[in-house]
Amino acid sequence: MLLIEDLQVKLGNKKILKQVNLEIKPGETHILFGPNGSGKTSLLMTIMGYPQYKVTGGRILFKGEDITHMNIDERARLGIGMSYQRPPSIQGLKTRGMVQICANNGVDVDSLAKEINFSDFLDRDINVGFSGGEIKRSELLQLMAQKPDFLLFDEPESGVDVENIALIGKTISRLLERDIHATQDKSKKQLTKERARMGLIITHTGFILDYLTADKGQVLYNGALACMGNPIEIFKQIKEVGYGECVRCVA
Amino acid sequence: MRSLDDMAHEAKDKKAAIGPDIDLDTYSLESVTHADLKNLNTMSKEDRERMTLAGLDVSEKGRAGTYIQRDATAVHSGSNIDGLEIIPIKKALAEIGWIRDYYWKLAAVDTDKYTARVRLDLQDGYVIRVLPGKKVTLPAQACLYLEKEGFNQNVHNIIIAEEESELHIISGCASAAHVTRGLHAGVTEFYVKKNAKLSFTMIHHWGKDVVVRPRSVGIVEKGGLFLSNYISMKPVKSVQMYPTIYLVGKGAVARSYSLLVASPGSELDVGGRIYLQAKDTRAEIVSRTITNGGNIISRGDIIGEVPGVKGHLECHGLILNGGVMHAIPELKGLVDGVELSHEAAVGKIAQEEILYLMSRGLTEEEATATIVRGFLSIDIPGLPAPLKAEIDRAVELSQKEVM
Repeated sequence: MLLIEDLQVKLGNKKILKQVNLEIKPGETHILFGPNGSGKTSLLMTIMGYPQYKVTGGRILFKGEDITHMNIDERARLGIGMSYQRPPSIQGLKTRGMVQICANNGVDVDSLAKEINFSDFLDRDINVGFSGGEIKRSELLQLMAQKPDFLLFDEPESGVDVENIALIGKTISRLLERDIHATQDKSKKQLTKERARMGLIITHTGFILDYLTADKGQVLYNGALACMGNPIEIFKQIKEVGYGECVRCVA
Repeated sequence: MRSLDDMAHEAKDKKAAIGPDIDLDTYSLESVTHADLKNLNTMSKEDRERMTLAGLDVSEKGRAGTYIQRDATAVHSGSNIDGLEIIPIKKALAEIGWIRDYYWKLAAVDTDKYTARVRLDLQDGYVIRVLPGKKVTLPAQACLYLEKEGFNQNVHNIIIAEEESELHIISGCASAAHVTRGLHAGVTEFYVKKNAKLSFTMIHHWGKDVVVRPRSVGIVEKGGLFLSNYISMKPVKSVQMYPTIYLVGKGAVARSYSLLVASPGSELDVGGRIYLQAKDTRAEIVSRTITNGGNIISRGDIIGEVPGVKGHLECHGLILNGGVMHAIPELKGLVDGVELSHEAAVGKIAQEEILYLMSRGLTEEEATATIVRGFLSIDIPGLPAPLKAEIDRAVELSQKEVM
């Protein structure tokens, strides 16, 4: 479980998160909406533990542990993983090597890459000259190897071509254990109940909603989470009346 | 006409154009005797280990031939392959007529006091020649080993890739573990003939007070390819070298790659200069340098003398724990229609890259090591697999110490 209480965050001298409260229960996936510059990426980076995001108040609990001041790698080992919108490129580090790092032990990189249509990129330096869509597939491939319990996605569909968008959507759905099918032993309901993977997804286009059913939607506005509800309903409202009006109406 | 010896005598005290000056008189020319070496495994474990670190395969498996010189003495020399000749240069000068067509034909004896010293006090060195049309993909290996404390080793090497041939050489220079101080002066002349392919990979593994002055010149004829790689990642007092390659035949190509690490107390002044003198010639000079508290001057110079030639220079430097990094890329176009470019960057490891790797579960130290390893792993095209593996191994062994 992730629990964020009264979180306040500064980036440089700017207060970017004023008061964020958020609870994501085991097995839940939340969608994070909000206009440009509202602090969505900052919230994800703060949860991941990027040191330039200074927590000035409140706390973050994950799996019952206070991770507010934990190092980024400790959080990764505790089970938090992130798909970045614009990750840095690293010269000389092959994508294959990066995937192995994520897995932390033997992993069949080739077969994983095949699943996300990324085989041709394994022997290229990670993110060097990758297009926006290629970066998204590379990020997903890394998370497939890393298998975190809580996944943060920063606009995973931006820049992805039409040919790959369904693949991205389905892969995220699978990573978050949303594509549940009943088995001989267990019903779909039972499996859903047992699901532990958690997700927090930033989306602008809402495209991802076509591929997975999220449990809740939230709107980050003026540094605080302004409302919570059915993500599809919220997205509809935003499209119809814009963020400002949406926040006012739901609040 | 003045003889080469006369010229050398006149240049005996001539300081090098660049690099700290060395007082030659503080090093000894008196050598000790080393016996012939039939089997490399009869050397002491310590020596074998030091040579291995400089790229030598003491088993000789997977090598086309071997030359080993200890101090002043050639102790082992031979080829395992027909069409490949490996001969100590003193023996070649005494017995082979054609060697005079190559000996001191590219390098000038009066370049500076180090070339003069090699001319006047030649101890030995290797001649490696591959015959026309013969393609040898297994690397030949050479090791110039400094064993006597305070010794001045003077070698002269000649490498000839005849027409349509292929040759790969891994040349390791090392000093014994007990040697702290010494001077290595070496002249190497490279001849890459029509459509021949030569790769020369030099790995240095010296002691911390050893000074090194290689003087190399190469010539590449029509359609020839010359790959020159240099790896120096161990503490050494001072290395200064600026090898020069002339591309004289249509379509000749030269590529030079350097991987350098300078530790505290080390000064590396290393560069490459390539003259594009014929149509369609191409040059590439790439360096990846890290200072870990030492000084690095990374030079590069490409000179385009005829239209339609292309050259690219790339110097990337990282400052990890203090030290000085000085990149000096130079380009000269002497006519219309040359295309020369360079990129140079001196900096630190980007924090963003470290954090990215940490978010995948690596500790800060592991992340830094991964980035350094990536920085030093440049893909060198055209090298046979065993040589590639040897370079990777040298980098892997050395980068641990960088951290």
